[in-house]
Amino acid sequence: MSVSIVAKGEVITAFLNGEIDHHTAAELRTTIDDAVVNNKPTLLVLDFKNVSFMDSSGIGLVMGRYKTISELGGELAIVNTSPGIGKVMKLAGMERLAKIGMEELVNETNQ
Amino acid sequence: MKPINSFYLKIPSRSANESFARFAVSAFVSQLDPTLEELSDIKTAVSEAVTNSIVHAYKNEIGNVYITAEIYENRSVKIRIRDTGCGIDDVNKALEPLFTTVGGERSGLGFSVMQSFMDYLKVSSKPNKGTTVIMKKVLSIKI
Repeated sequence: MSVSIVAKGEVITAFLNGEIDHHTAAELRTTIDDAVVNNKPTLLVLDFKNVSFMDSSGIGLVMGRYKTISELGGELAIVNTSPGIGKVMKLAGMERLAKIGMEELVNETNQ
Repeated sequence: MKPINSFYLKIPSRSANESFARFAVSAFVSQLDPTLEELSDIKTAVSEAVTNSIVHAYKNEIGNVYITAEIYENRSVKIRIRDTGCGIDDVNKALEPLFTTVGGERSGLGFSVMQSFMDYLKVSSKPNKGTTVIMKKVLSIKI
């Protein structure tokens, strides 16, 4: 599991890579939070394009990042989820916390 | 009904084994040629149950997690995940969505995922004795 962070203007995108479970979530949490606290973005984007598996530990990760970014007055977006990951997100009602599927916006921002 | 095949796995409750456990079960179930969605559902449910044993049952210790999987002629899969950890005081409460006893970003959705991704879930637990989770799923028929 790895994550690369791209900061552009007021947007931070965390490109997640690998499998997200309880074992891998802790490291991701620290890396993303460090980037958010240092850059204070208005939008944090979690990109799941290269995530091949996620269980409810990933939901804990998303909820925690929502808390971090909200406390700084920013918003959270979730993009490029596979059907399997989308199913877990839906079960957890993540659409209430985050904007899901803003791929166009994110692709624009990262060009 | 007798299973057409089965396996048994005993692993220490180390978090690195979460991925090993779900891979082992998914590799075994692949004999039935499940759809990608069915396989993903089973992997996720197994990951939840094993994570519960690691995070909750053996909170401050390393114990064993016992996994049995059986497949049947009618394309059903039965998975049993057992630990001999601290047990659950109130199983009904534990099954409620968002209920969790620990902090540290646990979503409290583990059992909800197992319930919704599998066709059957039974949780038996005794405080200080351990917890057994039995899950079943009937795979779709291939044409």
